[in-house]
Amino acid sequence: MTSTVVRARGLTKRYGAFTAVEAVDLTLEENRIYGLLGRNGAGKTTIMQLLTGQLFPNAGELEVFGREPAEHADVLRRMCYIAEAQRYPDDFKPSHVFRSAPWFFEHWDAAFAERLVEDFRLPVNRRIKKLSRGQLSAVGVIVGLASRAPLTFFDEPYLGLDAVARHIFYDRLLEDYAEHPRTVVLSTHLIDEVANLLEHVILIDQGRILFDRDAEELRGSATTIAGPRAAVEAFVADRPVIGREGLGGLASVTIDGRLDQAARVHAAELGLELAPVSLQQLIVHMTGTDLRADASEKEVAA
Amino acid sequence: MQIAEQVENDIIEGVLREDEQIPSTNELAAFYRINPATALKGVNRLVDDGIVAKRRGIGMFVTPGARARLIERRRADFAAEYLRPLIIEAEKLGIDIDELAALLRAERIQS
Repeated sequence: MTSTVVRARGLTKRYGAFTAVEAVDLTLEENRIYGLLGRNGAGKTTIMQLLTGQLFPNAGELEVFGREPAEHADVLRRMCYIAEAQRYPDDFKPSHVFRSAPWFFEHWDAAFAERLVEDFRLPVNRRIKKLSRGQLSAVGVIVGLASRAPLTFFDEPYLGLDAVARHIFYDRLLEDYAEHPRTVVLSTHLIDEVANLLEHVILIDQGRILFDRDAEELRGSATTIAGPRAAVEAFVADRPVIGREGLGGLASVTIDGRLDQAARVHAAELGLELAPVSLQQLIVHMTGTDLRADASEKEVAA
Repeated sequence: MQIAEQVENDIIEGVLREDEQIPSTNELAAFYRINPATALKGVNRLVDDGIVAKRRGIGMFVTPGARARLIERRRADFAAEYLRPLIIEAEKLGIDIDELAALLRAERIQS
């Protein structure tokens, strides 16, 4: 049976008048890959810093591996957090980082780290401050993978990494996860790239959880219907609309929900085109806030 | 469920034969770059549909008669999935059924 790694209830973090994270309820199960997604400033990093004991919440309950994370070495030892702009002592070389990693991570696999160094073509004996942005990101990605921490966070880990390097990261993550299952939280803006890696998606907006759903359920859970405006509007009349665009007599409306075979046939007969909505498009629709809020208010009024 | 569909295609096309072992969930996940849990769900759907069956301690194998059953199911969906959109588009363009039939024949000769 799966066990729960993280349990948060009403987790709240304020900075003065600004509430970065508001009453977040969150559960992370063992050995799953989660996507923590949302716009810049949505609160993703704050949530991860709370979970890893780097910040103290103002309110709420938090248990990681059964207890509060802050200042509990047995909990912290089982976590690895790779920050977007991970910092190292300037005079360090990547080789120093990898040599000191086993002091912090009991499952550290030096041979795996070496393989990754070759995959990423990382110059291990160059000083950290002389590395390019992408090479610096590679250091973090290697630490995150080779540490095999039971709970690993990658917070926008690949600034400056090229497409080839990012795909090496995805491939190695999947391979190693298959052999050494662990809980991974991946926060990124490159949603389409990681969509298939995720088992579960948590979408954050303005410090709150917008949805927390199984990734497989999300795939194909929204549909865009395009065609003559009147026909489209009639078709979506009693369906939950999450996005609406139009051009002259044409409309393109995105609904939250699957269409069954009968509805698909009906749409085709009306001359409507159906298109699946990718996870990235779905999230753009869900978090492209103000415009959308106005549109749905108008719908309610109409 | 792309994974289930891919394995079904391989069975229909004869890439995977009956009584042959299909790749493991982890192999499928690595090859298609998807989460192993997602791959497992796909394989479980194939098990539920009777397309593959587990042999304890060895792996998943294509069941006897799986190909025929898959073809039968695809045939049942063929009209709704392919013909209906074709007819709707043809009507939009003013192509009548005889002309459509002639076009289909001509296209088949070419390919």
